[in-house]
Amino acid sequence: MDIIAQLFAGLSLGSVLLLAALGLSLTFGQMGVINMAHGEFMMAGAYTAFVVQGVVGDAGVSLLVALPLGFVVGGLLGLLLEATLIHRMYRRPLDTLLVTWGVALVLQQVARDVFGAPNVDVSAPAWLSGAVEIGGLALPRTRLFILALAAVCVVALALALRATPLGRRIRAVVQNRDLAEASGISSRATDRVTFFIGSGLAGIAGVALTLLGSVGPTLGTNYIVDAFLVVVAGGIGQIKGTVIAAMALGLMQAFFEYSTTASVAKVLVFVAIVAFLQLRPQGLVSVRTRSLA
Amino acid sequence: MTVLTALLRPGRARTLAAFALAAALLLLAPAVLSPFRLDLLAKFLCLAMVAVGIGLAWGRGGLLTLGQGVYFGLGAYLMAMHLKLADAGPGGVPDFMLLYGTGQVPGWWEPLRSPVSAILLVLLVPAALAALLGWAVFTRRVRGAYFAILSQALAAAFAILLIGQQQTTGGTNGLNGFRAFFGYDLADPVNKQMLYLIAAGVLLVMVAVVRWLTVSRFGELLVAVRDQEDRVRFLGYDPALVKVVAYVVAAVMAAVGGALFVPIAGIISPADVGVVPSIGFLIGVAIGGRATLLGPVLGSIAVSWAQTSISEQFPSGWIYFQGALFILVIAFLPGGLASVAGKLRRRRAAAPPGEAAPGDAAPDAGPGPELVPERSPA
Repeated sequence: MDIIAQLFAGLSLGSVLLLAALGLSLTFGQMGVINMAHGEFMMAGAYTAFVVQGVVGDAGVSLLVALPLGFVVGGLLGLLLEATLIHRMYRRPLDTLLVTWGVALVLQQVARDVFGAPNVDVSAPAWLSGAVEIGGLALPRTRLFILALAAVCVVALALALRATPLGRRIRAVVQNRDLAEASGISSRATDRVTFFIGSGLAGIAGVALTLLGSVGPTLGTNYIVDAFLVVVAGGIGQIKGTVIAAMALGLMQAFFEYSTTASVAKVLVFVAIVAFLQLRPQGLVSVRTRSLA
Repeated sequence: MTVLTALLRPGRARTLAAFALAAALLLLAPAVLSPFRLDLLAKFLCLAMVAVGIGLAWGRGGLLTLGQGVYFGLGAYLMAMHLKLADAGPGGVPDFMLLYGTGQVPGWWEPLRSPVSAILLVLLVPAALAALLGWAVFTRRVRGAYFAILSQALAAAFAILLIGQQQTTGGTNGLNGFRAFFGYDLADPVNKQMLYLIAAGVLLVMVAVVRWLTVSRFGELLVAVRDQEDRVRFLGYDPALVKVVAYVVAAVMAAVGGALFVPIAGIISPADVGVVPSIGFLIGVAIGGRATLLGPVLGSIAVSWAQTSISEQFPSGWIYFQGALFILVIAFLPGGLASVAGKLRRRRAAAPPGEAAPGDAAPDAGPGPELVPERSPA
């Protein structure tokens, strides 16, 4: 009974981590860009939901409007960042990390100046209030919605990468940039689109997070470290690893938290990841190459 | 004049002259600064100690460590715990434990009662943690961005752990209200000045140690590991060992900085050790010139000073300024201000054809290891 409750808590946390990390698995995993502002793109998505609700009023409609709009807002921010800064720095991934950290600081302060330092609230639609009773266990509808949303995003991204011409171009550029260019693919355009999608997913994650709590300027910072850990543990290159790692991290956090405290659980999860990287330094799912590991 | 000419000449003379100049300036400061400003400068010197370590690990070794706040915090908290126990007297209980805790001193605090073991622990605990993590990570060839992310996660976990343990670490409030430093009254201005001089002396020693390390065989290896790790391995060296040593040295320097920071600042809290301050340490190093000897120190002091003076006037201005610094310096001036002189010289040298650029112009202030793609496709 308790175990099932913890299982659900873990999967729910995992789905939030997955939404946060999915965009990263594109930009970091596929392109090798460490975008510290990813968390702030989530924050932008969350504030988008706040603004949309102020305009639309009805909570049910505003959520449905905010999801695609959050994607576009996050994506456009990403596009802007890629076009101005990141494209100069593809050969310096570690420096990209610090530059995007600067961008993250600025975006946070902009949010603080525009929306104020105190958190704001976005009300959840009526059809997501309450809980679903399954076998005497109350599962909050918002959590179920986020689980479903994460699943939809994963499937959509996997299909887009696998079955569309765009996805084929993205994979081609990731696997061998020079050969892709020689085959007539514009790698610059592909980079931009990839970054747009990855950042847009952050926006969606931000909108989803408004269902779980209030929105503040530091919303992204709370998730970015865990999201990066998910991608590191999952291994670069494939979504499969990200999904498994997100769920594993969520479950570990939930179960450690149940037997200790939240803060000790965080430390234990960190130790577990370092220990796991002893076994698989490249992460869970890695693409085999002949380069020196 | 002789100092100036010596400064312009490359090599040992220049380094010695710069070092002497820095020492003279630091010794002169108490005569010209008000006690308040001197106290601030002493605080900045402690933060600069972290920067010296980062300069070695990141600038020379290419280890982008985003978690130096952990080691700074370990040193600071261990010292703060000792000061708390010393204030409480033999067998006494620190005040905050009576307020929030059980009124009992937990067992793991007891070793910090004695001043000698407190100093030893300040040095040994961070060194042991850095050695353990570094060994686990580097021997498995986890590197580049992966290492950066792990070090950042360590900082996040450390801060969360401190906040969660209200009864034994003071939680969000941290530890504060120290009365004496090894028996010397902290309210006495003379003792404040003594603390400043200790900080200045320790910082100079650290710079000398880094200089000695960089000109040694180890320093050569460290740069080689940064630029071409695999070739170093093929030559029969163990890159992991080189990296662990650099990481441990940087950690100990950060810990000593933290330990001196506590009596000078009078407070240590999780806000000083988390993810944000840990990355904040890097910007001073980057501005000064990450691979230079004095660049990290000067950059770090300049950034701390800018932070204080800008925050005094525009509370939100500092964050914009810091963000802009990260963007502009790292993206457009990866060698830091130290590389500007070299760039200008090279531009001037490029004008008359046939004359090569001087080789000593900021030899490794370039972007360094990042020039090598992390993942070569297949």
